[in-house]
Formats: sequence, structure tokens, C-alpha cells
Amino acid sequence: MFDKIWNSHVVVARDSGPSLIYVDRNMVHEGSFHAFADLRRRGLAVRRPKQIFGTADHYAPTAGRRLADAATPEIGEVIRKFDDNMRWGGIRHFGLADPHQGIVHVIGPELGITQPGLTIVCSDSHTSTHGALGAMAFGIGQSENALVLATQTLWQERPKTLRITVVGRRGPGISAKDVILAIIAKIGAGGAGGHAIEYAGPVIRAMTIEERLTVCNMSIEAAARFGMIAPDDVTFQYLHGRPFAPAGDRWEQALTYWRTLPGDDGAVFDKEIEIDGSSIEPMVTWGTSPEDAVPINARVPDPQVLVDARSRENSRKSLEYMDLRPGQPMEGLAIDRVFIGSCTNSRIEDLRAAAAVFRGRKTAVPAMIVPGSTQVKRQAEAEGLDRVFQDAGAEWLESGCSMCVAMNGDRVAPGERCASTSNRNFIGRQGPQARTHLMSPAMAAAAAVTGKLADVRRLPVEP
Amino acid sequence: MRAFVRDTAIAAPLAGINIDTDQIIPARFMRLSRADGYGQYLFHDHRFEPHGSPRPDFVLNRPEFAGARILVAGRNFGCGSSRESAVYALVDYGINAVLAPSFGDIFHSNALKNGLIPVALPEQVVSELRKALNAGPKREVSVDLEAQTVTLPGGSSHRFPIDPFWRECILEGVDEIDLTRGHLEQIEAFEGRYEQARPWVVLP
Repeated sequence: MFDKIWNSHVVVARDSGPSLIYVDRNMVHEGSFHAFADLRRRGLAVRRPKQIFGTADHYAPTAGRRLADAATPEIGEVIRKFDDNMRWGGIRHFGLADPHQGIVHVIGPELGITQPGLTIVCSDSHTSTHGALGAMAFGIGQSENALVLATQTLWQERPKTLRITVVGRRGPGISAKDVILAIIAKIGAGGAGGHAIEYAGPVIRAMTIEERLTVCNMSIEAAARFGMIAPDDVTFQYLHGRPFAPAGDRWEQALTYWRTLPGDDGAVFDKEIEIDGSSIEPMVTWGTSPEDAVPINARVPDPQVLVDARSRENSRKSLEYMDLRPGQPMEGLAIDRVFIGSCTNSRIEDLRAAAAVFRGRKTAVPAMIVPGSTQVKRQAEAEGLDRVFQDAGAEWLESGCSMCVAMNGDRVAPGERCASTSNRNFIGRQGPQARTHLMSPAMAAAAAVTGKLADVRRLPVEP
Repeated sequence: MRAFVRDTAIAAPLAGINIDTDQIIPARFMRLSRADGYGQYLFHDHRFEPHGSPRPDFVLNRPEFAGARILVAGRNFGCGSSRESAVYALVDYGINAVLAPSFGDIFHSNALKNGLIPVALPEQVVSELRKALNAGPKREVSVDLEAQTVTLPGGSSHRFPIDPFWRECILEGVDEIDLTRGHLEQIEAFEGRYEQARPWVVLP
């Protein structure tokens, strides 16, 4: 599948090294100011503005929808500059108050901007998310962003391909987040470097689109710039009727093409990995890399058992930063706060899973729920999920990246331990000296109502 | 992009593996204009105490590594966020090359576009180099892009891989946007064919 999409987008092929690839969609956010400054300095215009979509997410205030709600005037200024750049470039954009606003990797699929077979770029490493619909989507830097804005193309080396097949069946209470954390724990944070991952197998096939988005989202945490899943009827049903999806005759035409995308049975990959999906348990991270994930009923690993001296030293430093001891059980570890949100886990199914745990319970620690888009927020409110969260004592906020990347002023305080549905437990990611434990929305909700890392399977949920 | 041919300079050995771009520049500095340079934010939370004074144990604050223009790091350097600010911070601080067993893919692309040389070397070579740099007294390393070699303080020389396209671009300081605009006719021809085949994709 990867090769089919790649080959049909080559504008200039070379004997070796990078090819010039055509970009179908570029999604931009506030961080793109460097690229726009470059364009303006050169006196160049945006070449295909209709193929670019903008949304305010990284710096978006979660307290309200006005520039004045920004945590500081400087943060408000970044959003104002973004609006200005979008107008200057003639780019369709979803500003703070727009009903289509949201995290770029949530709104792409939600609005039907993301489609099978498209090349999609965004100056954000989690752009692999869009591969869940069978798109070739990857994160780029600001120099590359400027090049795409100016030419709608990009010089790119063809990556090698890696198929990860998840066999068996997911157990009850096991989420897509647990599946991807288990994969990253197995192959390592550098495990898929230089590769495009295609996820396959019965566990992946049985997933909803939102679950597939969670899996593809974290490909970059295993060092893969691309993560994708072959499109199927679930994909086509999901897309049908969405605002920017093809309609009428165009829909039929697109559908015919999309059905040709999945690889043949005999498709060959540079590398193959198989994972037993039946043995996956609810996962939590203990360290400062997403590869540091273990089942909730496991103990903090002992760095002494690691063979490689550098890994040993690294794990020791992680444990010191996380204030954990080798052999300590993960379950029962007291936490200070909970964050439910991010491009990994902020869609309606994520919020429903969290609400099922919150229902009839009270939070033991502060918890904030940040929907992935304004549309997800409205949908949750229509289903009464906002009442469930608020009755439990959690904060129900406006959509954006928020405490996942801590750029909008939402931060974990120094030394605090946060149960988070985001994608990165890096040192200082959620704020200087913040300690992050990654997990699924249901597990984060279980942590919120118990004040500890807890196995959600032991908390009875009303049907 | 800025051109680079060769440089001989003090090389600083950075501890750790999987050094992500959040470590290279914390997100809170990214909204700032680059006019004053991002070098002051490089490894900020490792380089400085919370109140702002330099942490004496951090490698770039040690007197023997003052003026370092080459960095030696563990595997998967620059993983994580796509922020090009991480490369801006290294370049603005004065770093010309990073030697490591492997790099994050997006960081690797961003580095090439800014004339920062990502030098991939075998794990064993990097590991021994780090030991040698910590021990001293010789701490100078040469990176020669034209010859595609690095020369270590002990005098040993190693060839490193770099794609010929990017090597040429960096040696000559080629501007990527200008270069690509030279292909506009081919891009337009591609769009014409593509519009026929997949009319739902190319929006006018």
C-alpha cells in the first residue's frame, strides 16, 4: 500500500536519494510562523491555498474562546499572528471560535480532510495519525513547511516498510492505547526508525476508526515517521458524508480508487513483527520514554537487569526523575492530577470510556478533560458526558493540545505526578520537573477516582 | 541554507540515549522570535537551574568543553516532536555537527535543511569517543563533509554516510525553495495529469 501511494505522488524521481513528492494536503497550526515569515521575506505567495487547512490548537486557551482567554498576552499574540498569516495566505482556517476548530489530528479525520491514498503533511510529529484512514501522512519541520507552502511538493527519501501484525483478540477492558503502548514497549523508542509502519492483523482490523487513529498516532514514539492501516468498509463508512469528503459522482470515483489501495496478500515488507494481542494488559509508563511501558500489575523494572550499560544508566536517571524505586508495584502509586486529552485520546469514544468510569464516582485528585475538537465537545455535551465529568468533580474545558505539550499555559506543577492520556512522558514535557505516566482514558479515569494508578478492570462500570 | 564544508573543533559528549527535542529546547520557548537567537535556550532545563544560574555539571558548562562546535550523543538523538527549533537552538549556539549512532527521522531532515551535519557512526565508535572526550586531554574532532569523514582525537578516521543530494546542497549552500521552484513546470504537468485521474484530490 505504501509503495502504491508513494509511486503515484512522485513528481521528480532521482537515481538515488530523495524524490520530489506531491503533497495533497498540508495542515498548519500556530507554530508555522517561521515558515510564513520565510515566505513573506522571499516575496512568495502560498501556491495552492485550497489544499492547505489551518487550525489553532497548540496555543489554544482551554478556559475560553477569546484571545483574551490566553494564559499570557504573548500566547494570545501567537494566535493572533496565526490568524493574520492564514488571511495573508488565503488559507481556510478554523480559529478559536470556529465550530470546526480542534487539534489538527482530530479535525482532519472528523471533517473528512483526511482520506485514503492522500499525501498529508503537517509540522507536527503526530501527523502519522492520519494514516489510520490509509493516507501517507508524516510530520515535517518548518523549512519543509515553507517549501510545501511555496511549491506543494517536498524532497523525501523513500522509507523502508515495516508490517506490525497484531494477532489474537483484545481482552475485555483493553484499549487501543494499551495495544500501541505494548507495541512500543516491545520494539523500543528507536525500533522503527527509517521505516513506514503498516499495522495489520485481526486486532487492528476489528478496531473502530477512532481506535486506529490512536494506534497510528503514536508511531513516531517508536521512531516511525509514518504509521498506516489499509482502508476498508469501516473507513469508507466513517468518511461518507463528512464536510470535506468527496460527494456524489466524486465519491463513487474516489471509492473505486480507495478499494485498490490495500496491498496484495503477497505484499513484501522490509521487516515484519508479530505481536500477540491476546496477552496485552492495561499499560502504564514508569519512565521518561514511551518505551518504558509495563502492564499495570507489573513492578518498576530494575535497571541492573539491562545488558547495555547506556540503557542501564538511562533507566537509573529516569527512575530518579520519576522518584520511583526498582521493584515498586505500579498499581497503587499515588498521583497528584489527571489529564484526559491530546491528539492521542480526546475523541468521543475516549470521552465515553472515561465517563463510564467517572459515572457515580468522585475524583480524588484534580482532573481536567480537554476534548480534541469543538465538535467533540458539542457531541459530548449532547450525550450528557459533561455532566458526568462535572458531577465527579472534573474540569470540563475547551478543545486544544493543552497539557500534552504545555504550550498554552496548562502545566503540571514541578514534582507533581500526572496520569495522562497523552503521548509523551519526556522529562519536562508537561512542565518543568513534571512526572508523567501515560495510559488510556479509562485507566486515567480510574486514577482520577482512586487517586492512584489502578487497574480499571477492577472498577465495576454500570452497563 | 548555510553552507558547510569542514570544521575542527572541541566535541562535547552528551549523556543519555533517546534525547528528545523537548530536552533540546523546551516547548515554552518556541513562541519567541528567532531574531535574538535560540542558542540561549539550548538544553535549557539541563543547562540552567530553575532560578537561572548555570548547572556546573552539565557538559556545555564545563570549562574543558567551552567553545564546543561538535556534539556527541547517544542513539535516537532528536526523537520526539518535529520542532525545527531544536535545530535552530543547536545552530544558533554554534554547533555544526552532531555525532550519534542514530537520529530521529524528522530531526535528521530538519538538520540537513539548516546545514547542521548529522553524522551517524557505529555505536561502539561513539561510545569510545565519549569516554575519550571525558578523559581528555585531546578533545578536538574534525568533520569533513566533502570527504565524508570524521577524525577523532586519537587520530583514527571514519567515513560517515550522507545522501549525495543533501551533501551537494550543503556544500554549495543551495537554497531548497529556489531549487524546487526550478521544477515548477514538472509540478504543473503533474497536477494536470493528476487532476484528470483524481479530480477529488486537487482543489483549484
